[in-house]
Amino acid sequence: MNAKVSATIAVIITGAVLLYGVADFPDFGDPTSPANAGVEGGAPSASLHFINESYKETKVPNLVTSVLADYRGYDTMFETVVIFAAGLAIFVILRNLRSDDPLPEPLPATEDRFIDGDHQRIIVGTTCRIAIPLVQIFALYVVAHGHHSPGGGFQGGVMLGASFILVALGGNLRDALARLGEDTFMRLASLGILIYAAFGLVPQFLGRNFLDYGVLEKIFLTDGPEMARSHSMLGVEVGVALTVMSIMFAIFANLSSRGEMRGGL
Amino acid sequence: MAEFLWKTIGHHFNFWVYIVLLMLGLWATIAKNNLVKKLMGLSIFQSAIILLYVSIGTKEGATIPILDHHGHIPSESHHADVGPEIAAHGVANPLPHVLMLTAIVVGVATLGVALSLVQAIYRDFGTVEEDELLREIKSLHPDG
Repeated sequence: MNAKVSATIAVIITGAVLLYGVADFPDFGDPTSPANAGVEGGAPSASLHFINESYKETKVPNLVTSVLADYRGYDTMFETVVIFAAGLAIFVILRNLRSDDPLPEPLPATEDRFIDGDHQRIIVGTTCRIAIPLVQIFALYVVAHGHHSPGGGFQGGVMLGASFILVALGGNLRDALARLGEDTFMRLASLGILIYAAFGLVPQFLGRNFLDYGVLEKIFLTDGPEMARSHSMLGVEVGVALTVMSIMFAIFANLSSRGEMRGGL
Repeated sequence: MAEFLWKTIGHHFNFWVYIVLLMLGLWATIAKNNLVKKLMGLSIFQSAIILLYVSIGTKEGATIPILDHHGHIPSESHHADVGPEIAAHGVANPLPHVLMLTAIVVGVATLGVALSLVQAIYRDFGTVEEDELLREIKSLHPDG
């Protein structure tokens, strides 16, 4: 049988089974569904605890941040490690360190090249020049203000990485690598993980569990463990942002230049 | 007929959309011959799962899960005399958002690894079409 026909049949059967199963799901937007309110007669759901208690326990108004960086600290730390491992995997798979090809000739200098890149790219280059600082400042705001407004390390890190990718797209990869070199971003990626791990290890040396930030009040000199948790979350978010920024740019730089890290797109 | 359809689909319309998306992604993953198109299918599949999780945390009439600066649930003032369980209906469930927040970024990173594998395959074999790759591999190992 034709592969496409059998694929279509398999997909339709899967879809039909899923559609049949979905009939038993709670209604869309139902606040009393098991995921939102817990099972009747059983223990209340974890999300109810997060909504009702997490401000008292961490002094962070953004519940997503407090759950991400404190209650689920292990998960977030090793998600960051996964991202770092993905960056390393791409380095191992693609990076070509022993290229025999000569370096590409630099573009001939002409009078039109008063903006980085080709003179055909004036509009793109100027727009990127205006946009990139704004993107980076907003990304820093998203990282630093992730406690009180939507944001955090992952989102801000992706935006910072995108700003460097925009440098590469608006000009060329060589310009972007001059601003954030390969050894720099690999060091920053490791530094991000190490910052996160330090916030886990220091409480351990102070006699508590890994990533138990409350005890850090002795170091931050805050009035109570809640504010120590809040400050520690900002610290780990900065670590996450560094790793995510570096790896997003590493993925782009490796993929767009076939691991050569020279010409690029 | 219309009433029957509304009863069946009406309150689960979101799930039907995700399942159609998921079927599209699954079909592309199975049936497409080009490895890059297969990866696009996987990405569509992943988007369907992410949308499913986020929609599970939705509550009708609720706002984003960010409290005001005194730690109060934003809509709590409208019905101040209710218990904490009812007040919690005022903000969306933060847990699915947290889970999907990390899943999205990890998804991008793993997609990058997959694309780099495809690029390495192209570098070594000169093609990303599956049938041509199978032929190449068979010619490299004629004994099977």
